[in-house]
Amino acid sequence: MVSRQVTIQNRTGFHIRPAQLFVDKAGSFEALIKVRKDEVEVDGKSILGLMTLGLEQGTTIEIRAEGPDEQQAVESLIELVESKFGEE
Amino acid sequence: MAERLIHGIGVSEGIRIGKAFLYMPAKPEQQQAAPAGDAAHELSRLRAAKEQALGELDELIGKTLQTLGEEKAGILKGQKSFLNDPTFYPAMEQQISQTGCSAEQAVDAVVQRIAAVFEAMPTEYLRERAADVRDVGKRLLARLAGGTGSNLSDIEEEVILVADDLTPSDTVQLDKRFILGFVTRTGGKTSHTAILANSLGIPAILGSGDGIGGIQNGDLLIMDGGAGICVVSPDEATLQQYRGRMERENEERRKLAAFAGIPAKTRDGFRVELAANIGTPAEAQGLLEKGAEAVGLYRTEFLFMSREQMPDEETQYAAYKKAAEAMQGKPVVIRTLDIGGDKELPYLELPKEMNPFLGYRAIRLCLDRKELLVTQLRAILRASVHGKLKIMFPMISGIGEWRQAKGILDEVRRQLTDEGIRFDPGLETGIMIEIPSAALLAPRFAKEVDFFSIGTNDLVQYTVAVDRMNEKVAYLYDYFHPAVIRLLKIVIDASHEHGKWTGMCGSMAGDPLAAPLLLGLGLDEWSMSAASLQKVKRIISQMDRESCTRLAERVLDMDTPEEVRQALQAFAAEYAKNL
Repeated sequence: MVSRQVTIQNRTGFHIRPAQLFVDKAGSFEALIKVRKDEVEVDGKSILGLMTLGLEQGTTIEIRAEGPDEQQAVESLIELVESKFGEE
Repeated sequence: MAERLIHGIGVSEGIRIGKAFLYMPAKPEQQQAAPAGDAAHELSRLRAAKEQALGELDELIGKTLQTLGEEKAGILKGQKSFLNDPTFYPAMEQQISQTGCSAEQAVDAVVQRIAAVFEAMPTEYLRERAADVRDVGKRLLARLAGGTGSNLSDIEEEVILVADDLTPSDTVQLDKRFILGFVTRTGGKTSHTAILANSLGIPAILGSGDGIGGIQNGDLLIMDGGAGICVVSPDEATLQQYRGRMERENEERRKLAAFAGIPAKTRDGFRVELAANIGTPAEAQGLLEKGAEAVGLYRTEFLFMSREQMPDEETQYAAYKKAAEAMQGKPVVIRTLDIGGDKELPYLELPKEMNPFLGYRAIRLCLDRKELLVTQLRAILRASVHGKLKIMFPMISGIGEWRQAKGILDEVRRQLTDEGIRFDPGLETGIMIEIPSAALLAPRFAKEVDFFSIGTNDLVQYTVAVDRMNEKVAYLYDYFHPAVIRLLKIVIDASHEHGKWTGMCGSMAGDPLAAPLLLGLGLDEWSMSAASLQKVKRIISQMDRESCTRLAERVLDMDTPEEVRQALQAFAAEYAKNL
């Protein structure tokens, strides 16, 4: 199990486009992926789940992966968030 | 079939003649009544519907990318992701397995649940996503009903669209080239369809009620958007009558469009600048084609409203850059933040005031909370390398305020120079004249500012002491008030004495009746909503400055707004062919 925290940096937060990029990437991995904000945890491959977390710029989330490719999964997703999803 | 009339709310003007295309997607309520088969059967129905819906979405996404672009296709892509979401479709299957309900009921239950979660979210963006969730539900239900639904994307010839209602995700599928107009059962002036029709320049008759009931697919319709009348199956005489009107309307439009390319000039060759007022950089697109030579007023408030937090320097820079580039080197006059407690800006925590229009707002707010102004000025200066920007300060009431604001601008210039960031060294700075004290001091201001822009809307209110939204006294609000006209003269003359220019950005500038008077007073620049450009340009081109100057002299000798108005109307009747 691998887990790391990351802060959302792009201005619009998890609007549909970033959310989609995130779940597309998450979906490419075998591992089970969870995203947690404070007390709430959702399936990292569910766009609906992610959007309803209400993730805005400045929010810190924890990305957790469990499975054969858990390491790449977490690293890859962290990189996506830190690159501000290619916006700006 | 005999000719009959339908009455509705005309929300967008225009006369169109065309065939009706009925858009009546299956309603969820109709389908819930159907009895459920066994779970296996319902599950396989649901699966088939999902596959079809996905295929449909793929096709639509492909089409939309070509016709409407990335952003619009994004809505549909979002719907596709919802459909593929692990918490969406599986939840419906679970509903069927656990409760033995029909596929339709399962869709409905899950959609309601998820839409409710979005509707409870704190930001408007997320609340609006509920509509996307419901749209996916509708699409599934349409597939389950056997394909009577979403076929808007099938329209491939010119039609008049007739529907109960049209949602944004309905209209995003339309190939706009084929839509002549909208006729709907529900809706009104502020609905999405009205806004869309206005921006496309096509007629829309909404809120027509049951009147649309009898319309069949393919029926010939005549739409008169301005009158809110739709004629179904018109007879020959009616058809001819409307055809004639349509011809005349088109002719008018062609003539006005021809004006767009010609610079604004009086008959005796005197040039003035015609500009447009905008609230967002998007409005700057296409302004040059509409005949604007500049943006005389970019209201920056929009950047600050409908937001959870202050727009940072980057956000503002992007917007100002976009406006500068859209105008291709033609001037864009940016007005610094002009807002107060009467507008909802939660992140500013503005005090609730008894008299917001005489209170803590605009430049007063910005000089008190310097960071606000500094951020905005930094963004404007940085963006100034992308075009020709100018800055003006609103609600200036005295020289001290102007000098303070200018001082901050100079400070920001030094800051940027130190940071090695480039900006336009020749950027002009001016002030809005909206407060009488500034108008009266114009001769003093003129030595220091680069230009004036008269905001007649507020100038009239402050000068005559009237709130134009107050029905009991609104009759006093009249920019033809002799006192106001005298102030205009003071300001314009003062600017010319010091080799500066005066523009006007209030609604008086967009009034063709006022144009000769303003010409006669020597106004250099008119800035108005894009819609008024052609009318005003036409008037100016028919005037000669000599007689306008004499008109202004006569007007300055009048006592009441009524006298002034009469004189202007008489002048117009004599010189203008079109008012």
